[in-house]
Amino acid sequence: MKRTIFGNQLLPWLLLAPQLAITAVFFLWPAGQAVWQSFLRQDAFGLKTSFVGLTNYAALLGDAKYLNAVQVTVVFSIAVAALSMGVALMLALAVDRGLRGARAYTTLLVWPYAVAPAVAGVMWWFLFNPTIGILPYALRAVGYDWNHGLQPRDAMTLVVIAASWKQISYNFLFFVAGLQAIPGSLREAAAIDGAGPARRFATITFPLLSPTTFFLLVVNVVYTMFDTFAVIHATTQGGPMQSTTILVYKVFDDGFLGLNLGASGAQSVVLMGIVIVLTVVQFRFIERRVEY
Amino acid sequence: MAAITLDNVGKTYAGGTRALSGMSIDIAPGEFVVLVGPSGCGKSTLLRMIAGLETVTEGTIRIGERVVNTVEPADRNIAMVFQNYALYPHMTVRQNLAYGLKNRGTPRDEIDRRVAEAAQILEIGPYLDRKPRQLSGGQRQRVAMGRAIVREPAAFLFDEPLSNLDAKLRVTMRSEIRQLQRRLGTTSVYVTHDQVEAMTLADRLVVLNAGRIEQIGTPLQVYRHPATTFVAGFIGAPAMNLLPAQIADGQLHLAGAAVAPMTRAGGPVTLGIRPEDLRRDPAGPIRMRLRHVEELGHARLLHGQIGDSAAVCTVTDTAPPDPEIRLSIDPGQCHLFDAQTGARLTGA
Repeated sequence: MKRTIFGNQLLPWLLLAPQLAITAVFFLWPAGQAVWQSFLRQDAFGLKTSFVGLTNYAALLGDAKYLNAVQVTVVFSIAVAALSMGVALMLALAVDRGLRGARAYTTLLVWPYAVAPAVAGVMWWFLFNPTIGILPYALRAVGYDWNHGLQPRDAMTLVVIAASWKQISYNFLFFVAGLQAIPGSLREAAAIDGAGPARRFATITFPLLSPTTFFLLVVNVVYTMFDTFAVIHATTQGGPMQSTTILVYKVFDDGFLGLNLGASGAQSVVLMGIVIVLTVVQFRFIERRVEY
Repeated sequence: MAAITLDNVGKTYAGGTRALSGMSIDIAPGEFVVLVGPSGCGKSTLLRMIAGLETVTEGTIRIGERVVNTVEPADRNIAMVFQNYALYPHMTVRQNLAYGLKNRGTPRDEIDRRVAEAAQILEIGPYLDRKPRQLSGGQRQRVAMGRAIVREPAAFLFDEPLSNLDAKLRVTMRSEIRQLQRRLGTTSVYVTHDQVEAMTLADRLVVLNAGRIEQIGTPLQVYRHPATTFVAGFIGAPAMNLLPAQIADGQLHLAGAAVAPMTRAGGPVTLGIRPEDLRRDPAGPIRMRLRHVEELGHARLLHGQIGDSAAVCTVTDTAPPDPEIRLSIDPGQCHLFDAQTGARLTGA
């Protein structure tokens, strides 16, 4: 890397200042606020605030609704990661096998990524709307009465599909790049070595793709835990019966709707802890790559 | 070991590009055949067609008695050594060797026996538990060979296996491959663009150019009697001089001078003469204007011009060369080719 020596001590700080200011105002300050709030308790009208130490954290552990949100988040994350990565991998394998018109196909598959999460959520809300949606209409024809406003299972399915749809584009691009990085001769050698297509995928392609897969797994889990707020807000708003209230949605629900800033702050701090752990894991492994 | 028979094999790509045509080669059991030609001549494509990695659009390929045109690569009972070795990077050397046997359901103890045997033949025993990236180029090359021999296939296919090695290692590995093939007696087809590799390895050479066979023969046949000007220029280093000449009055005329008696019908021909067959001779009829000298140590290459054509002459004397050198040739060393088609003129 090129090293630049500044004559003036002040200049480098000035150049860094805009970015540092943004980080401080929009990240560090709110994060600090959240940490501070998590130790406080306010009355309903915001007239009195008292320091309560770790009470808010202790309350979380005993809160059945919070534990439910943890469970919902785990199910949601696993489902979204599995669905979006699974579908993306299949689409990428199709491109890699020399599908006709692969270029147009690749371009089309990338488009969903450009759609804002809230817009994606609204689109799926319309498609799955029990009254006017096309998909419930089709499902009724095969005897299934879809209603994500009443059925927790339907609601979870809806948010998983809506959240995965966009992410498929992203995963697809990385899988295509990962597959293209595997020399064709390896798969040819395996073919000559008597491995059929399925066995070739299981013993050669998939292991060699593992660095990409691992990277995407972390990125997707971070995405589902933190970036799917808009999708849920636009479709189910966490319902019915909290069945799609993931941790991030509960922070919003308790803090901004319930105005319980202490509990909301404590939840934010827990989430911050999770994201820090995930980031450390990711950097550790990206640095060393996954060994093969 | 099995014979490989190519009968009028050709390949036309979907877009209509014709890559190969009229390939008829009979490879005897145990024979070492080298496909040689410049890049883009179709030699690798032909090898990949034998392996089953490319489709065959015309003709038939037989391995043994069986027509294999549509047989899967796995079922052709061949093993291939790739240019980049294609070792599985996430497996140890042992797993790399065992992979093909495991896929075929070979019993565990039989796999162990064959891997141990191959490791002993190739002296890779100490590296069996290493990953390919922990090996040097030469060791990887051996592992790639090992992966081929554990399978005990009907034929080995080599796709430029030495081109990723440095010059010195290439020479060692070349003779190792030759000895190994002799010892195992397995039919082998070897692709290279390096004519020295081709000459030293082959029982028979197949010289390819632009998707067609130029000549098939033993290295010496090809060297001594090149069938076309292409082969003449391609096989042998430094390359054979190809000079426009005339036959008239029972003499071969080169650059306006009668250089050798020649009893055949008159007309224009292409004279092929190897650099070592151009003799320095103060009274010789050929005049070569010297351009520059390449020193090889044991000999020198004199680059110059005879008439309007560039020519090279190999000399072993160390006398300082004059700006103009006189040369003579022996009629027995002359190769005559048709001036238009480049085909060898018989009886020359």
